[in-house]
Amino acid sequence: MSSLLPKPNSNLEFDEATQKELGKFLESENARMRLQQSIHTFTDLCWDKCINKISNKIDRGEETCLTNCVERFLDTSLFIVKRLEETRKNLS
Amino acid sequence: MNYSSNNYGLSSNMENRKQAVMDQVRNELALANAQELINKINEKCFSKCITKPGNKLESSEQTCVAKCMDRYMEAWNIVSRAYISRVQRESNSQGESL
Repeated sequence: MSSLLPKPNSNLEFDEATQKELGKFLESENARMRLQQSIHTFTDLCWDKCINKISNKIDRGEETCLTNCVERFLDTSLFIVKRLEETRKNLS
Repeated sequence: MNYSSNNYGLSSNMENRKQAVMDQVRNELALANAQELINKINEKCFSKCITKPGNKLESSEQTCVAKCMDRYMEAWNIVSRAYISRVQRESNSQGESL
């Protein structure tokens, strides 16, 4: 009787340890993807702000502008969250 | 005792399948990332280099696009470094305050 029971695709399943490992792997790949997606967004945004003429190399000024652009964008994001929190506190 | 020898074939098969799944995920994400980069480069370099679309892509426009591509990837790397170092700084200072 039990010989009839084995699932036909049981060899397509993963054991618990492997499932856990794959779960961790997917989580870290997901995080890496989100990081890369943010970099795409920032590059898009900061390219428009910092790069005027296409030269043979990105010069010092442009590089500083790109770095500052990322930093200030993140500062802006933090500032907005903080300010909204304060507004909410003042209301209650 | 028999367990490992009986399952040896099965578990190495599972190991292979696990690797196959991981490779597939890595490949698909790398492809998606490359596609995103290509789309951005296309958009940015088109607007920088092809100001007046003529009846063909001029060689001067091609030169501009080639340079622009290199600059965009350079910019991507600079932004990437800036963002990653910010994330690291932030997570360090968070660790201190906790």
